[in-house]
Amino acid sequence: MAQYAYERSRTIHRFDSDMISSPLISSLERAVGAANVFGDSSDLLVYEYDGSVDAAVETSKPAAVVLPQTVEQVAEVVRIARTNNLPIVPRGAGTGLSGGSVAQSGGIVVALTRMAQILDVDYDNRIALVEPGVINLELSDWVKPGGYFFAPDPSSQRACTIGGNVAENSGGPHCLKYGVTTNHILGLEVVDPDGKVRWIGGKGEEQAGYDLTGVFVGSEGMLGIVTKALVRLTPKPETISVQLAAFPTVEGASLAVSRVIGAGILPAALEMMDNLTIQAVEPAFHAGYPMDAGAVLLVETDGVTEDVEDTAREIERICFETGATLVRQAITEAERDLLWKGRKMAIAAMGRLAPSYYLHDTVVPRTKLPQTLSQVDEISKDFDLPIANVFHAGDGNLHPLMLFDRMNKTDIEKVVGASKELIEYCVSIGGALSGEHGIGTEKRDYMTLVYTGEDLAAMAGIKQAFDPNGVMNPEKLFPKGYMCGEVRAHYNAALAQKYGIYPL
Amino acid sequence: MSVPTSADLKDVGGIVGFTDIDAPEPELLKACVHCGMCLSSCPTYRITGQEMSSPRGRLWLMSAVSQGRLSIDDPLFQEQMYQCLNCRACEAVCPSGVQYGPLVEAARYQIEQRLDRPAKQRIARKVMLDWTFSDMRKMGAVAKMTSLYQTTGLQKVARKSGVLKLLGLSDMEKMAPATRGKSLKPGTEAWTAAEPVRAASLFNGCIMGTAFGDTNRAACRVMARNGANVDIPECQGCCGALQVHSGMFDTARDMARANIDAFEAEPDRPIVVTAAGCGSTLKEYGHLLKDDPDYADRAHDFAGRVKDFSEYVAAENRSTPGPVRRKITYQDACHLAHAQRITAQPRTLLKSIPDLEFVEMRESSLCCGSAGIYNILRPEMARKLGERKVNHIIETGATEVITANPGCAIQIATLLREAGSDIKVTHIADFMDEAYANGEPGAGI
Ligand SMILES: Cc1cc2nc3c(=O)[nH]c(=O)nc-3n(C[C@H](O)[C@H](O)[C@H](O)COP(=O)(O)OP(=O)(O)OC[C@H]3O[C@@H](n4cnc5c(N)ncnc54)[C@H](O)[C@@H]3O)c2cc1C
Repeated sequence: MAQYAYERSRTIHRFDSDMISSPLISSLERAVGAANVFGDSSDLLVYEYDGSVDAAVETSKPAAVVLPQTVEQVAEVVRIARTNNLPIVPRGAGTGLSGGSVAQSGGIVVALTRMAQILDVDYDNRIALVEPGVINLELSDWVKPGGYFFAPDPSSQRACTIGGNVAENSGGPHCLKYGVTTNHILGLEVVDPDGKVRWIGGKGEEQAGYDLTGVFVGSEGMLGIVTKALVRLTPKPETISVQLAAFPTVEGASLAVSRVIGAGILPAALEMMDNLTIQAVEPAFHAGYPMDAGAVLLVETDGVTEDVEDTAREIERICFETGATLVRQAITEAERDLLWKGRKMAIAAMGRLAPSYYLHDTVVPRTKLPQTLSQVDEISKDFDLPIANVFHAGDGNLHPLMLFDRMNKTDIEKVVGASKELIEYCVSIGGALSGEHGIGTEKRDYMTLVYTGEDLAAMAGIKQAFDPNGVMNPEKLFPKGYMCGEVRAHYNAALAQKYGIYPL
Repeated sequence: MSVPTSADLKDVGGIVGFTDIDAPEPELLKACVHCGMCLSSCPTYRITGQEMSSPRGRLWLMSAVSQGRLSIDDPLFQEQMYQCLNCRACEAVCPSGVQYGPLVEAARYQIEQRLDRPAKQRIARKVMLDWTFSDMRKMGAVAKMTSLYQTTGLQKVARKSGVLKLLGLSDMEKMAPATRGKSLKPGTEAWTAAEPVRAASLFNGCIMGTAFGDTNRAACRVMARNGANVDIPECQGCCGALQVHSGMFDTARDMARANIDAFEAEPDRPIVVTAAGCGSTLKEYGHLLKDDPDYADRAHDFAGRVKDFSEYVAAENRSTPGPVRRKITYQDACHLAHAQRITAQPRTLLKSIPDLEFVEMRESSLCCGSAGIYNILRPEMARKLGERKVNHIIETGATEVITANPGCAIQIATLLREAGSDIKVTHIADFMDEAYANGEPGAGI
């Protein structure tokens, strides 16, 4: 058990700008050029947040921000951080919803936004090589004339970066059919916590040995910094149809979801929005959702024209059977975009209903959607807290949005109480904490609800193997205090529980 | 050092770092949930890749000043409030409906109240804003001088001698409008329709009316062909957009009141505008004068009558254009696409022209760097954006680029010329006028 000798690892303390010596800033400046280093306290103000909700993640200023332009610069910055024993926090566009790119222990934020080139597009092999700062939607736009797109399409796709997508293993509406980010990453160039540049994975579909790319995707910036990604491109389908179906109740819509999937149909996307969501979105974006509907579904089907038509008719029939009052089909790109616009803008549009919202990301088995939604409704009533629902119905990934006022103490207490109840319920019926937004600092303390000490120790082992000194994005994912000496205790406890022994 | 969290900041409230008149409104600031959806649409963020140059970053800085965490005198704050082009692309994509324009304008007003600017810039701004634009006769004089200057050999001499560079005005000189036709004076010309169905008024504008008089005439002809008798009410002046954008609210309000008076005689007529930048300002007179008891309601009514040229013509749609056999592309002016959300109408008009080949350029709605007098005050950033725009235009293979704003037209034409391209830049009113003329019986096309 020597590899679990966590005693070696040091606790990471806060490293604020007043602890950063000017020689350190100078060496960073030498590494990446003065124009690419920020160390002034006013500059650092705008790097103290990400896209996370106010009450969920505390802001925290880094000690310095660097914006490297080459992989060599990234490596040099990591080496400087290591020499000075400073934590490193990778950052993309900062649209993350779990506080992943907020420097909770201070240290150096490495923002990849100046490494944003699409380096190579190879249509024959359906792959592209990109830098981490490339914006998700721009990659799709870039390869559109060639007839391709990058399938993972988080709602934040107009702003978030490929590096962030890799780190969070992001998903989106179309991941129901096409899979999440991990299914679209073939290989990565990474700078490890020692400052060494490494390639993992590659062009071949099947790699011998451990799937390190798979380990890296979704690792929340805690194993190293992605400096290039070899991504898969997906051919654009011949025909795309988007159907809008309106239902009087959420239950009716949920039933339609189960029946559609049950009928063996695999839509490209299957999304639900409840009435509260429609109230926020429709007046702002005029997508055409009926304001009085209890819920609407957006169902996208794609493929060969005849098949799409047949499937669309079948979906229409199921929707009417389950109580739909309206089913409308959009074929042209403009009509489809309008229907999607409302959905893509839905989460952030909650700002129109309340000063603050808290967004959950739990996943439940699809068949348990109806009962989960009634439970959400119960919780909303019990806590007297409005909760809007907009989610990836097709794969059971819920996004209950709790609406409140962050200036109001009782509201915050309600949110905390309701959140705990909601998460515990989802986990109790076999669900997961996060579908796509990551754990970060936001949900780290809920990890013990889902994972045993043994599970967590196994994850910690991976972290340890990549980053023995714990410098890469500390204070994320693992419950508070976990990565210091406690890990060993947890691990021992887990083994003790299982085998009744204490390894030494 | 202990870092304040959002939790302990909420008690600060109010407008600690701003004075209370015309400060960025805390309620409007609070609407931003820092989701970051605005980042990719912001031209300065695209060029720099740094958070402080993004709308979200700038709003965070404004909040920090209003909470007392950052001084209004902080160089970063001032740099960022003016590095912003105020193109309002962020507003158009903001899911939470943050009113960025009024916020950044108020922040600039706050800065203007306390600051001294380097003399060179101050003079340029004074000349441009206080003197030229607020007095139409002087604007006319400047336009005449520019035209003279461009047509005589004087320009060459001045350019060669490097005098302009010395004064830091070389880019400003290059930007001086390439004039189109005699200037158009309000109250002196009018147009009648063959079969009039309504009357409409033209807002003449300063640059449009003087340097682009013929473009405004073209607009009036197109309106007449679409069934309107058109007049240009006397006593109207410049809209005050540049003043509003720079936070010089007092001058701007005077100018707004004068325009409201000028158009009040015929309260039922739509007010049609040929410059996107003017249109968005005129549509926001209600906000500008909301605290003026005499003018608040009248400003609101005035604003409700304002229509952009393409918005107006596309809605009237009473005449069919004739064919134009060319390949064109269209550039979205920020103050049309973002501030007024008008993107479909100009395309509808252009696509109604038979035989015309229309190609979209990449990033059509990303600012070209003109942004009022931004290209004069901040030539470096303006140039980066302008070159990016020009590359996208050339990439389309079009022979002509259509736009709806004089600032964009000048910026793009200048940089196209520099890039050695002979692609023509045409205002949509001129282009539609040509197409309608081709539709006349016996036009021979
Ligand atoms: C309105 C809104 C809607 C959203 N919708 C969705 C959605 O539908 N689906 C979804 O999955 N997510 C969604 N998100 C969350 C977020 O956009 C994604 O997690 C996105 O992938 C984050 O990308 P980013 O570039 O902003 O990364 P950041 O927020 O900057 O960082 C996220 C994490 O990635 C790490 N990281 C960033 N770049 C690198 C790199 N080069 N190497 C290593 N680590 C790195 C950071 O350390 C951090 O832990 C949404 C967010 C918002 C605000």
